Amino acid sequence: MENVTCTIDGVRVEVPRGTRIIEAAEGAGIGIAHYCYHPALSAPAMCRMCLVEIEGAPKLVPACVTTVADGQSILTESEKAREARQGTLEFYLANHPLDCPICDKSGECRLQDFVHAEGRRHGRSVEAKRVLGQDDFGGDILYDGDRCIMCTRCVRFTREISGSNALGVVQRGDRSVIDTFFDHGTEGDPFAGNVVDICPVGALLSKDFLHKARVWDLDGNPSICPNCSQGCNIRVDSRDNLIVRLRPRPNPDVNSYWMCDYGRRRYEWMNVADRFETPLLRDEAGELAAAGWQTSILELVAELKPLLGTEVVLIGSASMSNEDNGLALRLARAIGETKAVFRSPRAESETVCPGFPKLARRKDLAGNVRGLEILGFRRVGDDDAKGGLPATAGRIVIALGDSLADADDGFGNDAALFVSLGITRSPANLRARYVLPVATFAETDGTFTNFEGRVQRLWPARSAPAGARPAWQICGVLMAGIDADSAPADAARAFLSLVELNAGFGELSWDIIGSRGAMLPEPSLLETAEIG
Amino acid sequence: MAYPWRDERETRVLSEHFGDPAARTLEGWKARGGYKALVRALELGPERIVEDVKASGLRGRGGAGFPTGVKWSFMPKDDRRKPHYLLINADESEPGAFKDRELCRWTPHQLIEGALIGAFAMRASHVYIYMRGEFFEPAQIVARAIEEVYAAGLAGADVMGSGQAIDVTLHLGAGAYICGEETALMNSLEGRRGQPRIKPPFPAAAGVFGQPTTINNVETLCAVPHIINRGAEWYRSMGTDKSPGTKLFNMSGHLVRRGNFEFPLGFNLKELIYDVCGGIRDGRSLKAVIPGGSSVPILAADEIDIALDYESVAKAGSMLGTASVIVMDDQTNMVKQVRRIVEFYAHESCGQCTPCREGTAWMVRILRRIEAGRAARSDIDTLISLGKNMIGTTICVLSDSAAAPVHSSIAKFPAEYDALLRQDEPVMATA
Repeated sequence: MENVTCTIDGVRVEVPRGTRIIEAAEGAGIGIAHYCYHPALSAPAMCRMCLVEIEGAPKLVPACVTTVADGQSILTESEKAREARQGTLEFYLANHPLDCPICDKSGECRLQDFVHAEGRRHGRSVEAKRVLGQDDFGGDILYDGDRCIMCTRCVRFTREISGSNALGVVQRGDRSVIDTFFDHGTEGDPFAGNVVDICPVGALLSKDFLHKARVWDLDGNPSICPNCSQGCNIRVDSRDNLIVRLRPRPNPDVNSYWMCDYGRRRYEWMNVADRFETPLLRDEAGELAAAGWQTSILELVAELKPLLGTEVVLIGSASMSNEDNGLALRLARAIGETKAVFRSPRAESETVCPGFPKLARRKDLAGNVRGLEILGFRRVGDDDAKGGLPATAGRIVIALGDSLADADDGFGNDAALFVSLGITRSPANLRARYVLPVATFAETDGTFTNFEGRVQRLWPARSAPAGARPAWQICGVLMAGIDADSAPADAARAFLSLVELNAGFGELSWDIIGSRGAMLPEPSLLETAEIG
Repeated sequence: MAYPWRDERETRVLSEHFGDPAARTLEGWKARGGYKALVRALELGPERIVEDVKASGLRGRGGAGFPTGVKWSFMPKDDRRKPHYLLINADESEPGAFKDRELCRWTPHQLIEGALIGAFAMRASHVYIYMRGEFFEPAQIVARAIEEVYAAGLAGADVMGSGQAIDVTLHLGAGAYICGEETALMNSLEGRRGQPRIKPPFPAAAGVFGQPTTINNVETLCAVPHIINRGAEWYRSMGTDKSPGTKLFNMSGHLVRRGNFEFPLGFNLKELIYDVCGGIRDGRSLKAVIPGGSSVPILAADEIDIALDYESVAKAGSMLGTASVIVMDDQTNMVKQVRRIVEFYAHESCGQCTPCREGTAWMVRILRRIEAGRAARSDIDTLISLGKNMIGTTICVLSDSAAAPVHSSIAKFPAEYDALLRQDEPVMATA
């Protein structure tokens, strides 16, 4: 496409013809304040914050809809532009309650940000403010009309992205307010939670997150949603090591700026309290007793060595990373012939996002189902992730992550050796000879593979219990113990070793995956179809 | 019902048949020379019509005064794939304006004839008349006229055997001032919220239903048949060089005689007020004049010796707008007057753009305090400053319109404000 050249605040910018000023500026590292503009929504140019001066033009123009023309000199910091922004910010504050101390958005509020940056030092309004109160929009959404700045992002979201048309503007002028139609609120809109994220102020609130934390007390880390196989890029917010909120992280190839409410609301399980906190092994009386890692590993290696060649049943977990499952599989195969299985819940149908059809709540309700299949695991059990466990008699059983909550009373009793790389207590994994506590996906570095074969990075979002270790590390050390190979020093190297399981991984590394993910090459996907 | 006041000095072109109910019917209109222009236009063909209208110098009567022929020529000429639309703005909701209402009431066929000519010239297959919802009587009259032209084959699938299909639809608005703004009108016609659209795209490229569209004021189209009949030269012989033709002046306020008076553009405002309209009623004296509808700056009594054409009024610091002249006598409370105007704009702001949504309402609150004696000098400064921030910062000009009377009244009638201000600053509002 033909390019045009302009200058923005003196910086020379070359962009394809048709690029909007706000985008051209962003490309040049110049941020233009805005409220109604959102890169994934239509631009109504109504917030009037992004007005910029084009040298020689009589009026300021909205940067969100005005396209760059050749030779233009665009000024975002001219006196005229700055005065207009200051004036508009003052208008916003005429009716805004400034109740920042009790507002959930405080700290990540665009009104707060821009007013602090460029607003008048003293407000001139002495008038009574408009009071609209709160409105329950249904589902998780609460509306605070007093704080609303009428940017209509939420309205456009329900029209253009979620397709529910749940929200609209009623009334006009300064009586304008966002409202639902009749009794059809945002309840039932499977993507409604996104309106809270895109609301630039604290007008749309999550009831779930309401008054839970001040955002500056949160630790935010990038991750991948573990609640279905779509692999939405997310940011995991935790406070005092408890995860309190999941929010989408933009990725144009996977989830745009969105995620579904199904995924968003399922984070409590990552905070589950009933964790194994230290290795447990059977003492002479046959009772599980706490032990140190060194003792546990050395004893387990000693016990495994005479059993080399014994068939292995490996039960993997689609909620754990490629590295964890992959190293467990490599360990199992180093011991003997391996039956690698996993169980994972399935929904009856997908929930597609109408405005961004690439995004759907997939049928597979775990983050790494495809990853396990590609590594060589076979899916067993029903759609509730129950049943299907292979016979254990005379075999070595390694259970990774799966709590085996539905297993029979005697599960594993007839096994040659039962090792649980466990997360939480259950009757079945308390029958193991060794319980080695592992970190969850939210507590380790690693990768998930989504439904289409895209490998994406996870970063730790909370600390694992002090005694828990990443499964890839435990398995790596055990492998090193039995065949004198060296254990991978870190998760990135554990990833590189996955090439032993599927050649497709040979073309990837964490550097290549980066923060946006990378596709496995086609043949590696086809290969797994045979395993299926 | 006879027309209330007429004046022998008037040049009655559009208003010739005001007060004559017989002119409302198709038969009556034809007897008065109606639809000859349409016949002639069909012979001339689209290009010639546009040329003639261009040559006449006719300018849009909705307030902006944009040359009509030039506007028509923006419509795509060869693109037959997209339907073209002609919209008629009969939303007349500017306080002070009541000319389109009278044109619709008395001469519905004058409007429809002009519309059919315009549609033919722009190859528009559909004419929508967007009429203000409160115009019950004009709507009935225009609706009846539309039925008549359909029955007579002047509109419909084949206009007078020309092969051109032109449908005419009357649509009533739902009571929003902003729907008189052309792009808000289009949104409203499409069934959306009546909110102005961002330009570009301009209507001639993507207007109503996303198709090429031209929107004209009622009075503009009413002038077209006369131009076709009598020629551009004749039209240019009236008015001034840059503002040719006649104009309906909507005279209201504290006048002895009020109503519509038709004069060539360039007619003197003072003469209009004192001679034609009989001066200020009850023997009072003049205080202020709003020359072009509530959205234009106010003129003080000593500023009215001006010609009423687009250029001269602009030179005097105001605008001709719709030539809706609101006259205020010496008893008028200017602060109250301005407060009421701004209240109107605050009520009618569509609420899209922040400076307008918040600014108009804020101004009202300050003006109410001033009126109630609960304001200080700093409030006047705030008013001026808010007004500045409301001019040129929004999608349409509603907020500019609200700021104009505030600025002009503070500049021209400072004493009226001063008298209401408290001297013991600061003043706090009460709820």
